[in-house]
Amino acid sequence: MGDHSDPAEYGPLKLHIPEPAVRPGDAPDFSNVVIPKAGQVARPEVNADPESMRDLAYSIIRVLNRDGEAVGPWAGLLSDEELLEGLRHMMTLRTFDTRMLMAQRQGKTSFYMQHMGEEAVSCAFRKALRPGDMNFPTYRQAGLLIAAGYPLVHMMCQIYSNELDPLKGRQMPVLYSSKEHGFFSVSGNLATQYIQAVGWAMASAIKNDSKIAAGWIGDGSTAESDFHAALVFASTYKPPVVLNIVNNQWAISTFQGIARGGSGTFAARGLGFGIPALRVDGNDYLAVHAVAKWAIERARRNLGPTLIEHVTYRVGAHSSSDDPSAYRPKTESDAWPLGDPVIRLKNHLIVRGAWSEERHKQAEAEVLDAVIAAQKEAESHGTLHAGGKPSARDVFEGVYATMPPHLRRQRQQAGV
Amino acid sequence: MPRKTMIEAVREAMDVMMGRDDDVVVFGEDVGFFGGVFRATQGLQAKYGKSRCFDAPISELGIVGAAVGMAAYGLRPCVEVQFADYMYPAYDQIVSEAARLRYRSNGQFSCPLVIRMPTGGGIFGGQTHSQSPEALFTHVSGLKTVVPSNPSDAKGLLISAIEDPDPVIFLEPKRLYNGPFDGHHERPITPWTKHELGDVADGYYTVPLGKSVVRREGAAVTVLAYGTMVHVAMAAAADTEVDAEIIDLRTLLPLDLEAIEASVRKTGRCVVIHEATLTSGFGAELSALVQETCFYHLEAPIMRVAGWDTPYPHAQEWDYFPGPARVGRALLETVEL
Repeated sequence: MGDHSDPAEYGPLKLHIPEPAVRPGDAPDFSNVVIPKAGQVARPEVNADPESMRDLAYSIIRVLNRDGEAVGPWAGLLSDEELLEGLRHMMTLRTFDTRMLMAQRQGKTSFYMQHMGEEAVSCAFRKALRPGDMNFPTYRQAGLLIAAGYPLVHMMCQIYSNELDPLKGRQMPVLYSSKEHGFFSVSGNLATQYIQAVGWAMASAIKNDSKIAAGWIGDGSTAESDFHAALVFASTYKPPVVLNIVNNQWAISTFQGIARGGSGTFAARGLGFGIPALRVDGNDYLAVHAVAKWAIERARRNLGPTLIEHVTYRVGAHSSSDDPSAYRPKTESDAWPLGDPVIRLKNHLIVRGAWSEERHKQAEAEVLDAVIAAQKEAESHGTLHAGGKPSARDVFEGVYATMPPHLRRQRQQAGV
Repeated sequence: MPRKTMIEAVREAMDVMMGRDDDVVVFGEDVGFFGGVFRATQGLQAKYGKSRCFDAPISELGIVGAAVGMAAYGLRPCVEVQFADYMYPAYDQIVSEAARLRYRSNGQFSCPLVIRMPTGGGIFGGQTHSQSPEALFTHVSGLKTVVPSNPSDAKGLLISAIEDPDPVIFLEPKRLYNGPFDGHHERPITPWTKHELGDVADGYYTVPLGKSVVRREGAAVTVLAYGTMVHVAMAAAADTEVDAEIIDLRTLLPLDLEAIEASVRKTGRCVVIHEATLTSGFGAELSALVQETCFYHLEAPIMRVAGWDTPYPHAQEWDYFPGPARVGRALLETVEL
């Protein structure tokens, strides 16, 4: 038998490589990002059948409208005081980032990763959790720590790897860990912590505890097997876990379409697993908080996992080692249709009559003073290449609970 | 003392620990209702309930990754990877996560986790059911690696592993599950009921991690072995009548270097054997350590006998397996040098 295929009938096969809408030099274009009006998306009961809310994976839950008003079924959960606290957390995170990025440029540390544009996601989510709950974060959720009251000085000492670094100089900057504040050790590996969050939540259920876990992952690393293993286990055992995807549009230089492929949205990945999947305006503090509260309520009531896609935009570079102008238009962040989370919350508080431009300016100055004071204190204990630093003995400590003989020998060889 | 198979010994270790500690949970592929493809977990689900012993999806990454999260919560998971050959999808979770969690969090989180894996060949399992990947674990800081050679040790070592505050890789030579296989595949199978190391005490007891044991005292040459190869070495010594001192390492990391050093200083000769492939195998580490610590006592070069540097073949299993004939030749060569 010969080959009966006819080249004229089929033509040669071609590989599909997704491309972003624009590249450097082009005009930014987000016409493909469909933004529903604030208040439009329904809020199902937490115990509603997941089958009945599949459309939530394709829309965007939004609370704040263009006029700064909180509208729709997801609004009305937070008081003026709580919103002012949220604003203060986001402003603190932004100022912290500015100062630490500057410190990195001054050679005080090796590396830094900022949150510009994504502050609402981690700051608002944290306020929906309770003490004892555990986040399994990536490197861009420091708002979870700030909103949990973790001292800025500790964060800075970690960044500087100085003599007070809680992690003894073992981890790169921003890979914090604070069990007390519900913040699992950030690996630096991508996606590995997602399935661990599911396992932690399974343990909580095995022990008939009341604590829940939250997993975090970026749009790009949803392509890792760990993400899919996490969804399988979450789907099978229905543990109390909230699985967050922070879709900030860019995985270093790779636009989100490379990881998303043909699935429509990242949230839609949850549907095949029967996991309720929601998309939320990640630049809307009120919307993130409302969706987090809803998902956490489901977890707490033993209704199982929820997948949340936070739709946001990474305004800054991926890290201090990255230059986004090489792969996307310089003005793209200005064109991002969901605006800036700090300005949007500020405007909402002004509309509510709880805030003013003057008080905002004053708050900015206060936040800057507080961050600079923390920085001075942290730097008095050393920076990466100057002043107090962790001991060389710390290299050998803590690999095991008890140091085995071969490490004792090596420590002796090192002369420490 | 009752005689038991290595499967029974392993099962008893989990049973004892699940009974003593509510935080011990057991799961893996086919592990729950059925009791595992080698039946190591048979009866545990019925005895301790579905939330303590359960079936997992076919995802080694998921099994180990979830177990890391459970361990971080405070449980003591003892999970099964059905064959050591299947652990590669979980390797990142083992190397970058389980092994480093204590260190990178400065002790805020730890990972008291045991990963059981049937290992080694001799069952016509071909390249995907026969591998011995122990060197891929001993190369990783933060892990402990254990390879028992008999039921008595297997139970005590597994109890120690479950009680250990750090992650332990527990490699069970599957050819030893039912009897002390010595590589003479042409001979009838000996069951553990006919061997004194099939003596397994009921209830709780431990064999400490990091301690080796001398299986045969001798003066002519030290043989360093673990798992199935301990029995192969015993057969080779008997076949050749070489007065070999055979050390069963039991734990590869932490290693009982003191005992190795004392023996080699006495015999002046050393043969290192393992079933895993030769190049960059654990035997290279042993050989280097013996050279570093016993150089002036050595009267002959250290020899290694290992699996050939090829994938594990199916039909040619006995051409591949480093059996008593190959080990015996190495013993004779070493003592004659």
